[in-house]
Amino acid sequence: MTRLVDQMKTGLDAPICITWELTYACNLACVHCLSSSGRRDPRELSTAEAFRVIDELRAMQVFYVNIGGGEPMIRRDFFDIVEYATTGGVGVKFSTNGAYIDAERARRLAGMDYLDIQISVDGADEATNDRVRGQGSFATARRAMENLADADFGEFKISVVVTRDNVSQLDDFLAMADGFGAQLRLTRLRPSGRGVDTWHDLHPTLDQQRELHRWLLAHGERVLTGDSFFHLNAFGESLPGLNMCGAGRVVCLIDPIGDVYACPFVIHDEFLAGNVRDAGGFTDVWRTSDLFSELREPQSAGACASCGAWDACQGGCMAAKFFTGLPLDGPDPECVGGEGEHALTAVTSVPKPSGDHSRPVPVELGRR
Amino acid sequence: MLDSPLGLHPSVALRPEPFGALAYHYDNRRLVFLKHPSMVDLVRSLDEHPDLRSALEANGIAEDRWDAYDRAVTSLIESDVVITR
Ligand code: SF4
Ligand code: SF4
Repeated sequence: MTRLVDQMKTGLDAPICITWELTYACNLACVHCLSSSGRRDPRELSTAEAFRVIDELRAMQVFYVNIGGGEPMIRRDFFDIVEYATTGGVGVKFSTNGAYIDAERARRLAGMDYLDIQISVDGADEATNDRVRGQGSFATARRAMENLADADFGEFKISVVVTRDNVSQLDDFLAMADGFGAQLRLTRLRPSGRGVDTWHDLHPTLDQQRELHRWLLAHGERVLTGDSFFHLNAFGESLPGLNMCGAGRVVCLIDPIGDVYACPFVIHDEFLAGNVRDAGGFTDVWRTSDLFSELREPQSAGACASCGAWDACQGGCMAAKFFTGLPLDGPDPECVGGEGEHALTAVTSVPKPSGDHSRPVPVELGRR
Repeated sequence: MLDSPLGLHPSVALRPEPFGALAYHYDNRRLVFLKHPSMVDLVRSLDEHPDLRSALEANGIAEDRWDAYDRAVTSLIESDVVITR
């Protein structure tokens, strides 16, 4: 019988993991923002258009959607959209920096069914976090967590992008989550959006990746990872999960203006499959777009073909390769065998993400 | 398990896929894969039969495969996709 992963690679009738960014507007300006968010885009979907997207998701039996941004709670119709989805059988998990979760909104959120919340922090202490996410953002996130806990929201998620600076704090993050009765979620830093400029300074070193792999093997049961660290499987033991790049096969992104990309980390024309405003809507983009059909064809291992770890690692993350200028059929820039680092030395130019919604203030990595 | 009256958990939705189906549990928010179309038909029909045995019979599943289906259904009970009525 064909393995389930192989079946997944040929695509599903509807995505399993769909991210929907509601707006490019954001009160913060994180240096690694995958969507270069800051300012609202005037072409963003209206409330009625957002409802139509939800109608389609319901018809396709998409069970839940990951809502993000920008900061999704900035939209004035945020609660309308979330309620329209959750009362219609499309569960919502939304990511927020917490700035708009005051005591009253926390109570409102706590009263809703089929709703999960992820609060982002990127350091277990203020200094580490604010260096990446901006001054005051740690205190803001903590306040939101306290408000949710006070409102008896139940188990929310604390979402952390693992970086060179915070990889030593994994135990502290776990303790923070335990303290709130929350669940910890760790994801991989990719060179997407503003991360194109900061990835080289922020991504974990090879030694840190080894440490991370060991930590995930020891604590994997208690921690969510969205399957994002499968390139670490090349160290030996495999982490739980599907362990494949799901772009266009099980994963996709709907951006604030309705553009559909293969994955949230590849906002670039090359990975744009269509728009939900097109005649056939999201359904047709998912099922019949040229780009997604191509991604569902068998992919070549390229330079990884001779590597003994290929089965476990599959050459890693397409987005990470693309935005560091590496060929897509070759090693991941963070290849644990060191092949990526080697390949990076030959790169002369890297693609620029499409659409920069950063506010005109320069975003810099805070001083250490 | 063959003699137990079974059914699909009321909070579970099944979505057909080329390989079988995805089962989503709205209460514990877990996704479970039903890796074969015949398994999907069986699970959908559980409610209409007094026990697993008659559901297997009605779905035309050969008796020498019942053990395998029994195990698969047992694991679905563990993940709360299938319940005893
Ligand atoms: S491109 Fe990277 S982030 Fe996107 S689905 Fe593939 S592995 Fe995941
Ligand atoms: S060479 Fe390719 S397959 Fe091997 S470990 Fe590196 S990225 Fe993975």
